[in-house]
Parts: sequence; C-alpha cells; structure tokens
Amino acid sequence: MTERLKVHVDPDKCQGHARCKALAPELFELDEYGNAHEAGNGIVPPGLEDKAWLAKSNCPEIAIDVIEE
Amino acid sequence: MSDVSQPAAHPPVTDWVNDFDHTDPQWTDDPFPIWDELRAASPVVHTERFLGCYMPTTYDAVREIANDPEHFSSRRIIVRDVRPELTRNAAPPITSDPPVHKPAKQLLLPPFTPDAMKKLEPRMRAICNELIDGFIADGKVDAAARYSKYIPVQAIAHMLGIPESDSDLFINWIHMILELSIKDESKLLEAVQEMSAYFRTQIEERRSRPTDDLISYLMNAKDKEGQPLEESHVLGSLRLLLIAGIDTTWSAIGSSLWHLARTPADRERLIAEPGLIPTAVEELLRAYSPVTMAREVVKETTVSGCPVKAGNMVLLSFPAANRDPKMFPDADKVVIDRRENRHAAFGLGIHRCVGSNLARMEMQVALEEWLKRIPDFALDPAGTVTWSQGTVRGPRQLPFLLGRAM
Repeated sequence: MTERLKVHVDPDKCQGHARCKALAPELFELDEYGNAHEAGNGIVPPGLEDKAWLAKSNCPEIAIDVIEE
Repeated sequence: MSDVSQPAAHPPVTDWVNDFDHTDPQWTDDPFPIWDELRAASPVVHTERFLGCYMPTTYDAVREIANDPEHFSSRRIIVRDVRPELTRNAAPPITSDPPVHKPAKQLLLPPFTPDAMKKLEPRMRAICNELIDGFIADGKVDAAARYSKYIPVQAIAHMLGIPESDSDLFINWIHMILELSIKDESKLLEAVQEMSAYFRTQIEERRSRPTDDLISYLMNAKDKEGQPLEESHVLGSLRLLLIAGIDTTWSAIGSSLWHLARTPADRERLIAEPGLIPTAVEELLRAYSPVTMAREVVKETTVSGCPVKAGNMVLLSFPAANRDPKMFPDADKVVIDRRENRHAAFGLGIHRCVGSNLARMEMQVALEEWLKRIPDFALDPAGTVTWSQGTVRGPRQLPFLLGRAM
C-alpha cells in the first residue's frame, strides 16, 4: 500500500513568507494577512508529493510538516 | 573647535575578527570573504566600534536572535556611531517590540499579500518598459541609476498615492537615513522632519478629498478598541513604507543584473527557460541579500554558546546567514535552480519583511522585462561598479554595454 502524505502548517511559526503558496498553490492557502494554512484537510493528492516536500524545504520558518501516514 | 555634525572618521580595519566595521571600504566592496573569516572564528563576533556591537555569523545564530525579541529589541534597527534618542512610533512595526508589534504589523499585512501584488503587476511591467525605452537605443546604460533605482520607488509611490515624479526626493531621504546617518545623526533628523512634513501635507489633502491609496488606508485604520491610530503612528508607518520599499529592492534588482552581466550561462538559461526566473530570484536573494537589520541587546543572554551583554547593538546580518555553508551546500556559488532554499533575505521571525511579496514581484518583473528586451549585456570595462554602505547593500553604479555595443 502506498503511503499517504499530509501537509500541516504550524500557525505559531508561520510568518507569512508565502513560499509554500508560491511553490505548491494546490496544497496551501493564505489568510487575509498572508499567513499560510494547509488547503482542506491537508491530504496531498497523488502526483503532488514532490510539491509538498518542496514547500517544506523552502519554508524559512521551518513551519511546515509533511506527515507520512 | 569641533563640529558635532562632522562624521566621525573610522580607522581602517586590520583585525576583522575583533574589530570589524561594516562601513569599511573593504567590506563595502566585497564582504563575502570577510564573513567567511568571521564565521570561521566564532558564531558571534564583537567589535568595540559603534559603541559596542555583536555580529552573528551563522544561520543558526541569526535565527536565534531574530526569534528572541525578549533579549533583542527592535527599538534601534540600524547600527550607527551614535544611539539616537528613542522616539515612540519611529517606524512601526519594524521598530516595535511585543506586544505592540503584532497589531501594528497586522495593519500593514493585507495590502501586501501575493494576491494584492498581482493587481499591481501590470503597472510594474509598464514602469520597467518605460524605463528601458529611455536608454535602450543608447547602447550603454548605468543600470542602477536608470533602471533598478526607479522600479521600487515608483511602485511604492503608486501604492501610497504620491507622485511618482517625486522619486528623486524620496531616494535622497533614504540615502540620508540609511547611509549618511550612520556617521552623521543630523542627516537622520533632517530627513525624518522633511518626510513627516511631506506626509502631513498629503494627509491634509485627503481629509477633504479621500482616496483609495495606502495613505487613506492608514488614516482610516482603527485599533483594537475601534479608535483611529495616533497621527505619530500613521506618519511612522508611512515613513517605514517609503524607506523600506525603495533601496532594498533597488539593490536586489541591481545585484541580480550585476550577476547576470557577469554570468552569461545563467543569463542564457533564464532566456531559454523563463519559467525558472522565480526560482532564480530566490537564489539571487540568497546570494546577494541586500538587507542587514540591527537589534539592541536589552538583557544579557547567550547566542550559540556565546555570551552577549546588554547595551551592545547587534548587526543582524541576514546576508551572512545566507552564505553559511552549514545551511546551504555550495553557499558561495549562485545555483539558479537551487531547490532547497530557506534563505533569510526577508528576515526571520515576527519582523519578516512586510513587503516581501512586493519585492519578489518587482524582481521577477524587472528581470523578465529586461531579459525580453536586452538579452545581451555586459559590464562596461570603461566604468566602475560601486556599492552602497551599511544597512542595505547593492550596486549604486552599474555601467553596462548593451547588445551591439558590446
């Protein structure tokens, strides 16, 4: 069985650099202040796994987790 | 008789590790080997200059300080020879500490989201092309003085609703505040007074004729209790937007063009693969980060194991952090398709640059429009590249030969 990925943004760490939204617009949303949260329930649709890891490795605040379920 | 307004002379540095000076000409021209030397010596170095100043040299040490507003205050954000008297609402939120920082920052964030910046993009493309029209036929240009300099100033003037034709006035104030004031406090006071008077006139005009620009936005903003902001807060934030929005991005665009002028392989790749420009912009931001902020140590603590004492300033060098090889493999190389790049060019922690989305958009548009129209360019061997001093680093003279003139 293939593993399912979920993304999660720690709201206390996010400072609104918006790198995740630029790199993986399908997986993240921004609020009115430009701070990020995961889109929907954070489940990464098949084919977008690479974007999830890219967003994580480019977050300057280390605010993004990619969870393998 | 001594003249108190005379800038203090700084003796040349002979011992970088124990006596560094970020205004020394050697640092201004080429700081990269100096940072390597300091980093090899310690994660935090100290100088007696500037009334006592630390500099974190590693990414980790910079992150630690940026995330610790309890020990490191933002009430003074520029390392100078003097410690100017503290004024309330100097430039909120960049000069604010918790708890007043958060509401002041939240006020400014909505107009600078990525979506808000998308609406500004067509105007930016037009500005870039108008500037290129002005020199492309000449075969040569000072790209700093005639291109990169005017892109951010016109963008922020457009957002604030003040005349783009006043650009030279704004640029002069910024030069006085960020460069000349390091050694001559009177320049700071003079520029701040002139800016405040300018914005007071703009505010008066909007009382009778409201607009939909950022000045009206701040005038109409309410605090948590539903009260209008104090005038000093409105003026402070307006000064910040003008100061922070201009020579930072001017420098970033200039450094990027400087790199591309010297690196034909990168230039050709970006022309062939324009989709790579956003990734390249991040790498150029990392490699040539323009902004070094400051903090003031207000409580004794340790950083990366090094003790720091209250009363000293901190040269919070995001550019040096971005060259830390422990954080970035091949940190001294520009890798325009670098995939993992959590650079700190826009700061870290609660003081993340409010205008980062604007700056990124401006850099992308400025490079895209330039490369479309001027694919071939090189440094003019008959000219000299000069760099700014102090808080913001970028080329101030950038002589290029264009196309057939090369």
